[in-house]
Amino acid sequence: MIKKRPVLRRWATVAALAALTPITLAACGGSSGGEDSSGSGSVDSLTVLDYYTDDPGHSDIGKQLSQCGTSVGVKKVVHQSVPGPTLIQKVLQQASSKSLPDVLMLDNPDIQQIAQTGALAPLDDFGINADGYAPGPKAAATYQGKLYGLQPGANTIVIFYNKDILSKAHVKPPKTWDELKTAAKKLTVGKQYGFAFNATADYEGAWQFLPPMWTNGGDETNLTTPQVAEALQLWKDLVDDGSASKSVINWSQADVNDQFVAGKAAMMLNGPWQIPTLTAKKVNFGVVPFPVNKEGQTSVAPLGGEAWTVPMTGDKAKMAKAADLVKCMNTDANQLLRAKQGGVIPTKIKVAQQFKQEDPSMAGFVDAVATARARTGKLGPKWPDTAKTIYTGMQLVLTGRAEPADAMAKAQAGG
Amino acid sequence: MSQAQLAARGREASPSAPTGPTGSRRWRHWREEIAKTLFVVPAAFAIVVLFGYPVVKNLTMSFQEYTIRTFFTGEAPWVGLTNYVTVISEELFTKTVINTALFTVGSIVGQFIIGMLLALFFHRHFPLHGVLRALFLLPWLIPLIVGSAAWRAILEQDSGILNVTLAVFGIDPVPWLTSPDVALLAIILVNIWLGIPFNLTLLYSGLQDIPDELYEAGALDGATGWRAFWNITWPNLRAVVSVVLMLGVVYTLKVLDIILGLTHGGPANATQTIATQSYQRSFVEFKFGEGAALSNILIVISLAFAVVYLRATRRQVDE
Repeated sequence: MIKKRPVLRRWATVAALAALTPITLAACGGSSGGEDSSGSGSVDSLTVLDYYTDDPGHSDIGKQLSQCGTSVGVKKVVHQSVPGPTLIQKVLQQASSKSLPDVLMLDNPDIQQIAQTGALAPLDDFGINADGYAPGPKAAATYQGKLYGLQPGANTIVIFYNKDILSKAHVKPPKTWDELKTAAKKLTVGKQYGFAFNATADYEGAWQFLPPMWTNGGDETNLTTPQVAEALQLWKDLVDDGSASKSVINWSQADVNDQFVAGKAAMMLNGPWQIPTLTAKKVNFGVVPFPVNKEGQTSVAPLGGEAWTVPMTGDKAKMAKAADLVKCMNTDANQLLRAKQGGVIPTKIKVAQQFKQEDPSMAGFVDAVATARARTGKLGPKWPDTAKTIYTGMQLVLTGRAEPADAMAKAQAGG
Repeated sequence: MSQAQLAARGREASPSAPTGPTGSRRWRHWREEIAKTLFVVPAAFAIVVLFGYPVVKNLTMSFQEYTIRTFFTGEAPWVGLTNYVTVISEELFTKTVINTALFTVGSIVGQFIIGMLLALFFHRHFPLHGVLRALFLLPWLIPLIVGSAAWRAILEQDSGILNVTLAVFGIDPVPWLTSPDVALLAIILVNIWLGIPFNLTLLYSGLQDIPDELYEAGALDGATGWRAFWNITWPNLRAVVSVVLMLGVVYTLKVLDIILGLTHGGPANATQTIATQSYQRSFVEFKFGEGAALSNILIVISLAFAVVYLRATRRQVDE
């Protein structure tokens, strides 16, 4: 395999953090030396790999991990983070050199794909189940009837609106697609667009298309239905109207948030991980679920967030301890703590309700996560191929290369 | 084997010289041959390990079903030409080939002409020409990730500085990165900007190697301006020009970073090239076999240019 240059992503932070990776790698290199004590069943240290490179997330997780390490009787938990886009590549390298971490964090749509390869241990083997969890996170982590990961916190995407702009224009947050279109149109003044979303040609763009697609009854198992076409039509109408910038096909979710913060978009489709930025920039915002197309529909949003898994490292004693660690990261108290640190909603329904009571401003997200649908729920490891069709079809429509009715068929044929 | 050891051997060998004129000559001949071989060994080793292995691995991988699973199980079943058939028969393939050709030809023509004009310009040695020439190297010094982020901001349709500037002259905003008709052109323009320093530097140093006497003699015969360029500069610069073009083609064929940074292959696949597709399959979809097949196609195209280059330089040597 020819070695390629590392992935170029739009996030400047990722680039900056990439520079720190060698330090983390060096720190981890030392730990592989002490693996001789497994026979006695006592485990000195566990390695953990995730993509929480940004602070405060990195140190929050690190602290939680080492506390859990102490409570399960492991002296040292070596916490290692790599930038999100490089995580799977890193895992593949580790798999071929038989140096997988003891605990691995995976983005929920990746779990089944990795589980399919046989790299992950079923958590059922360690007596762990996902009883009491919301259906989304459970489905995402289940492959061929076995549970492979536990997800302590979930997120999703909803409509954020700028309260100041909307009240000044006497516009109410939209509940239906028609209201969304009218509101967006009315809020488009001068350099300010009514609505902003992300429609890039990647998995991020596909993920942002799921709220309109699923809410309208579209399904990833058959993309050439009128329901999906109507969802495409909604995106197209918003852009053709001038209510959303033509640049949406090039905007990542971070770019969308920048537009919203700068007051260049009155509403946006985005997730709770943007809240710290919005609060820091003193944006007066509110959130509502994605609107429905017709009366009687319920808003369905995609499930986001990461799960902890136990890779097949071959060291039984360590794997058992790793499973304990995963369990500990998912206790009610730890799920609640993680949610309060920001950006995610507890995945245990009971804990989520408690969180909702403690922080009513997050109610919109709690309800959305409770019904959030996993991208891999129906297609499992085949999801990435379908996601490619979705974002290709979406781009064909938004650039006028295809009509909503036949865009997905065209995208399936290779666009 | 180090050079010190070789030298030591040389010293040992010299007392044996009186064995007779023929023996000494043969020994000296052998010694030379061994020395030559030993000098080549490190380079050959480096080539085999750093170039040979990846190329062979890439070749074998393209005939295997090499997926995410392979990394865990080590199993990569042989599938013959399936990967090649898959990537070539996809509707997108023709488009990526055309895009790659347009991108390469457009970039090279632009970079070379502008680089050549600038090199000739700076060859005139006017005040501050050193400073200005250094400024033209800027694109080379900026990390590509920063460069493409900056260009993404410049080319933004609504508030990008380029469209704002064009608006001053009454030109409607151009959808640089958002229209499938324009995006490839935008990418080519950015790549030209990026390639100018390379062309400028090499061509400028080539110009400096041409002795002034040639121009003086030419001037006496009435060859100035355009005729001096055509009859003196161009023939003397041909070796440099072929290196610049050859390297330019190979570098441009494999350009990945700026396309990913600016458009990610979009909008609607308008800027997909063989390189971006190869990357996409290998590192986004984890279909390493198909990615390898595409990159092998790219290697073959590069090789074709390398052969053309080698033949051209051989002709020059013969002349």
